Amino acid sequence: MTMLEINNLHAGVDGKEILKGIELSVPAGEVHAIMGPNGSGKSTLSYVLAGRDGYEVSEGSVSYNGADLLALSPEQRSAAGLFLAFQYPIEVPGVATMTFLKTALNAQRKGRGEDELTTPAFMKLVREKARSLKFPDDMLRRSINVGFSGGEKKRAEVLQMAVFEPALCILDETDSGLDIDALRVVADGVNALREPARAMVVITHYQRLLDYIVPDRVHVLSHGRIVRSGGKELALELEKSGYAAYAA
Amino acid sequence: MAAVGDTIKQVKGIDVDQYKYGFVTDIESDKAPKGLSEETVRFISARKNEPQWMLEWRLDAYRRWLDMKAPTWARVDYPEIDFQELYFFAAPKGLEEGPASLDEVDPELLRTYEKLGIPLKEQEILAGVRRQGEPSKLDDAGLRDSGAGRVAVDAVFDSVSVITTFKEELAKSGVIFCPISEAVQHHPDLVKAYMGSVVPVADNYYAALNSAVFSDGSFVYIPKGVRCPMELSTYFRINEQNTGQFERTLIIAEEGSYVSYLEGCTAPQRDENQLHAAVVELIAGDDAEIKYSTVQNWYPGDAEGRGGIYNFVTKRGDCRGRNSKISWTQVETGSAITWKYPSCILRGDGSRGEFYSIAISNGRQQVDSGTKMIHLGRNTASRIISKGISAGRSSNAYRGLVRANPSAHGARNFTQCDSLLIGDKCSAHTVPYIESKNPSAVFEHEATTSKISDDQMFYCRQRGIGEEEAVALIVNGFCRDVLQQLPMEFAVEAQKLVAISLEGSVG
Repeated sequence: MTMLEINNLHAGVDGKEILKGIELSVPAGEVHAIMGPNGSGKSTLSYVLAGRDGYEVSEGSVSYNGADLLALSPEQRSAAGLFLAFQYPIEVPGVATMTFLKTALNAQRKGRGEDELTTPAFMKLVREKARSLKFPDDMLRRSINVGFSGGEKKRAEVLQMAVFEPALCILDETDSGLDIDALRVVADGVNALREPARAMVVITHYQRLLDYIVPDRVHVLSHGRIVRSGGKELALELEKSGYAAYAA
Repeated sequence: MAAVGDTIKQVKGIDVDQYKYGFVTDIESDKAPKGLSEETVRFISARKNEPQWMLEWRLDAYRRWLDMKAPTWARVDYPEIDFQELYFFAAPKGLEEGPASLDEVDPELLRTYEKLGIPLKEQEILAGVRRQGEPSKLDDAGLRDSGAGRVAVDAVFDSVSVITTFKEELAKSGVIFCPISEAVQHHPDLVKAYMGSVVPVADNYYAALNSAVFSDGSFVYIPKGVRCPMELSTYFRINEQNTGQFERTLIIAEEGSYVSYLEGCTAPQRDENQLHAAVVELIAGDDAEIKYSTVQNWYPGDAEGRGGIYNFVTKRGDCRGRNSKISWTQVETGSAITWKYPSCILRGDGSRGEFYSIAISNGRQQVDSGTKMIHLGRNTASRIISKGISAGRSSNAYRGLVRANPSAHGARNFTQCDSLLIGDKCSAHTVPYIESKNPSAVFEHEATTSKISDDQMFYCRQRGIGEEEAVALIVNGFCRDVLQQLPMEFAVEAQKLVAISLEGSVG
């Protein structure tokens, strides 16, 4: 079954239309890459899907597992299994990464009508996930994203993804600001989360990331529309020819 | 901070209006005649069966107060207080003699404390009082019998201390912990020697008023070399309508001793403004340390600013001895008006003063709070960490003075004042006064003002955290430096209060 189904989505900010009729369907178990030049609407798409305030949908629909995604608040979408890995993860001073993870996980569980995890059960879970991602213990004690390097911030995002186990992961420019070693670590973390019940939408400007996170489908976004779709070889083609053909 | 999740759970579980302590306990009360006069002062003194010297002291304060004027320099705005419309003394009936045990305490009052959600540990201890000699439930929880982690509670209901727990155990180590009215009777030499020695009778308008009509409060004496075996805790609560509450607290730590004192305050919801003017005096001898923590959540008034407590408090510590240390930690979330500057006089060479503060204002609350660090001795040090959070239409001012007198060679101060704004109708003000009369003094001051950003809110919500919970999380993070200074018994309660007091501040 299709997990994410976007039909004729028009959306924008401050009355300015940025997305002009997106059509996209992502089945469970698949990784879809969305590529496009700057200003094509990539980040807007991720914010609209996550429900950020100020991003208004004027037309079209988004269904998630058959339900109307646009009717849900950001926190309800999160509880329903939608996760957005931020291009620029946000600092929350004084809130330890461990605390943030626990507050968020329990809020999501509560949103789904599940019991909150006990502290020992939670600690065990986080330690396990952190170890598998080689995420250092001392970073769990530090304020989330505060003073983290670019690579550390992205790894913290992947750790959250691993802990929350979302059904739909949207990765917004996860490769930005990463050197090749950090990129590999992050990609390994993401690949470890690939499974038949989970879908991923990987938004990226560069093909580079897709060497590590190999997509099932590639879509080209330009001027607020998906203008071309294809297999993973499309990314390589774009790498050679650039976006010039789509920029006009 | 791992407690935030639990805290939020507790908060969500609270199924009452914004102000959860807004209930009234139905206990018959025995009031002084309305209004303030020499007769009122005499009535209070007589009701407490005070010796002549105490009465004279009160009358002297009253006469001085008559010539004084209410201060107007603070950034707060309220109609003039009509002292003739207030009651200055109210004692729950039948308790004046002081009950020997909980059995003699009005059960309504005990239920009140239950409703207040006094921390579990303290509740267990209160229950333990009923079964003296039996092992405490806390022992089952793995706490040693040394008193570690235990809290002695001196509960103040309106004006009379009704229960004092663990008194016997404290007495074994020579610690005196009792209502100040009892200290006047049984330890007059100590009271005479120290009361008014830090905050003089006519120090300021409200201190003079308190000196004239103080109703009750706590007295603590820690003898030389004694480390107080448990945290001392007092709950103040204003219950009687139109009753000013005038607490008087005196803590003396002799050479080489240590004490940690916790003060928590709640009040029931009222339409009329209620005046609270407390005086707290701390005296630390050579190498002694006093840690004084307050969590204040008195009724802040309704959304339109009606009702609420006027909190005009004078708190001052005297680091009298060499290398003594006094540390104030406060979490201020309540009161319609807060006027409060817990201060340290760093008299002894090498003495140290600390002030850690979280002041949260919401609705129409007005806060003007801060500290004074007066450096007199050589190589004295002070540290000020102030976190002000304003929401709603409130006004929140930090007002602080750091002064080095000519004698204060090598004085050092570090001040950090951070303000956080929630919404665009509130205000934050920082008014630091820095006076150095010694060229070797080094004073540092840092200040920041920030807002909870849309990015932070979206980030939290994307992770499943609802708006109010997100604000509580972000604010608790903002306050972490100060929350860490609180004794554990209070840290959780304080986090809970942060969340409660900011309810309705978003959206």
